Amino acid sequence: MTRWLWLIAALTSPLAAAANPYDLTPQRVAENTYVFVGALEHFSYDNLGNIVNTGFIVTDEGVVVIDTGPSRLYGEAMRVAIAGVTDQPVVQVYITHHHPDHYLGNQAFADVDVGALAGTIKQIRDIGGDLTTNMYNLVGGAMRGTESLPPTQEVTGGSRVTFGRHELELIGMQGHTGADLAILDHRTGVLFAGDLAFLNRTPTTPNADVATWVEGLHTLGQREFETLVPGHGPVRDDAEAIAQTQAYLSWLWRNLNAAARHGLDMPEIMMQELPYRWRGLAVITPEFRRSVSHLYPDIEAGVLEPVESP
Amino acid sequence: MRYLTRMTAASLWLVCAVGMAAIPDDPLESPQWDSMVAKHLGEDAEIVFDDRVRVLSAGYAEDAMETPVMVEAPDLPDVESVVVFADLNPITKILEYYPERAAPTLSFRFKIQQATPVRAAMRTADGVWHVGGMWIEAAGGGCTAPSVAAGSPIWESRLGEISGKAWARGPERERLRFRVVHPMDTGLAAGIPVFHITDVTLATPAGETLARLKPFEPVSENPVISVDLRYRGPVALSGRDNNGNRFAATLPAPAAP
Repeated sequence: MTRWLWLIAALTSPLAAAANPYDLTPQRVAENTYVFVGALEHFSYDNLGNIVNTGFIVTDEGVVVIDTGPSRLYGEAMRVAIAGVTDQPVVQVYITHHHPDHYLGNQAFADVDVGALAGTIKQIRDIGGDLTTNMYNLVGGAMRGTESLPPTQEVTGGSRVTFGRHELELIGMQGHTGADLAILDHRTGVLFAGDLAFLNRTPTTPNADVATWVEGLHTLGQREFETLVPGHGPVRDDAEAIAQTQAYLSWLWRNLNAAARHGLDMPEIMMQELPYRWRGLAVITPEFRRSVSHLYPDIEAGVLEPVESP
Repeated sequence: MRYLTRMTAASLWLVCAVGMAAIPDDPLESPQWDSMVAKHLGEDAEIVFDDRVRVLSAGYAEDAMETPVMVEAPDLPDVESVVVFADLNPITKILEYYPERAAPTLSFRFKIQQATPVRAAMRTADGVWHVGGMWIEAAGGGCTAPSVAAGSPIWESRLGEISGKAWARGPERERLRFRVVHPMDTGLAAGIPVFHITDVTLATPAGETLARLKPFEPVSENPVISVDLRYRGPVALSGRDNNGNRFAATLPAPAAP
């Protein structure tokens, strides 16, 4: 009898319905600095959309969080995991850019300032609803209760903010999207690059300006840092993520421009065998094909010449 | 009793099947296959699924408004007409293509509403339809969304504007790619009437037809089309839409390879 009651309680309890499916383990990457490393995959029901790197810095004046993940439940799991590392309260969140895997956990941080570049805030206000709907399609139940919550605080590229002994430089860039925030911690030398840098995972281009992006990576690569946290892929103590992202994007751009000059149409390019050097990148085939869709219409428009009517 | 009913139904089906070409089972297992046959190929059509007819696509639509597809059958001789359709789109027929002096090869982009089989049916000179196809996945919404042009006044001044280029692909062969500025409205978005290009003809400057294309509503806004002609030289392009607007241009001959 008791067992039955327990079962009924378990089935009807809101706690059972709200059990958090994310298993987030912080990886310590430097002094006071932790990263939740996501899978090198596409969004799926199985991976709960946890394909992204988010992180946090523990300071004497509270915890600074960088990106909040793909869903409300992910954000809530972050808070639980952060509380397992420090008693310091979360005092500040920064969102690197408007892509849904980086900010849809904002609801879990509604009690603190959530900062982002002006362009990021605008994009989230304009298309956040559509991005969220799409995530429900791709990720399913783990998205439950998630709504698009725009950042509450506009930050300026080039500014520096200090939390305890950590001086953070907010670096405003563009290329992956119209507004990309990188954060360099001058105390630890950790560079949170957001999706400006990928490692061992094919870069994504739905809102990319490739030339600007490559140029920005060149600038970013000249900065001094000890450790680089890419938006997707493993954390390393070198600039490999920047070099690899730059090399892939340069190849992608050259390849698509050459295809346009030779008169190819999109399906032919999508079916090309990819060079050996890129075949080791996670999700290269679908991501390359997506990039053809994103980038080729503009490239081919530069090749098709206007013809006067007779 | 139930067994008997089933037997009777099966016998009836057999009786009915006599005297008409059997519709082959659909390898893509589409719920709409039989009605697609009736609608686009004809009840009495002779149909074979043929691996030589290929539909090339990423297999999913990154952009529901512009899903790129190429249909081709380089090893199938004597193709006289091509019909491309998407079983589960609200408007199923995407285009017809008549490659008179051209290979049965065509690239285009179309608006996809939901996951659907996309098929190319190619009729050879003996009257047989050779069919190939694949499923394309999509989050959807391409057909019922308004065109970008519908929300912008700019297109009116550019309607029918043509750009293009030809590439030599061997003796008496060229790849021709062209783009026509046109909203290609499906009529399925609220308050925006159907408005699309209905005919495009490619011809030699002397007037010999090389290929004819009949786009339907699902073809993407500002269509970009690629064809392979059995001809090398300048191409006179002419066309019209369902509102009677006409457009024309002569695309220069390709540079020598």
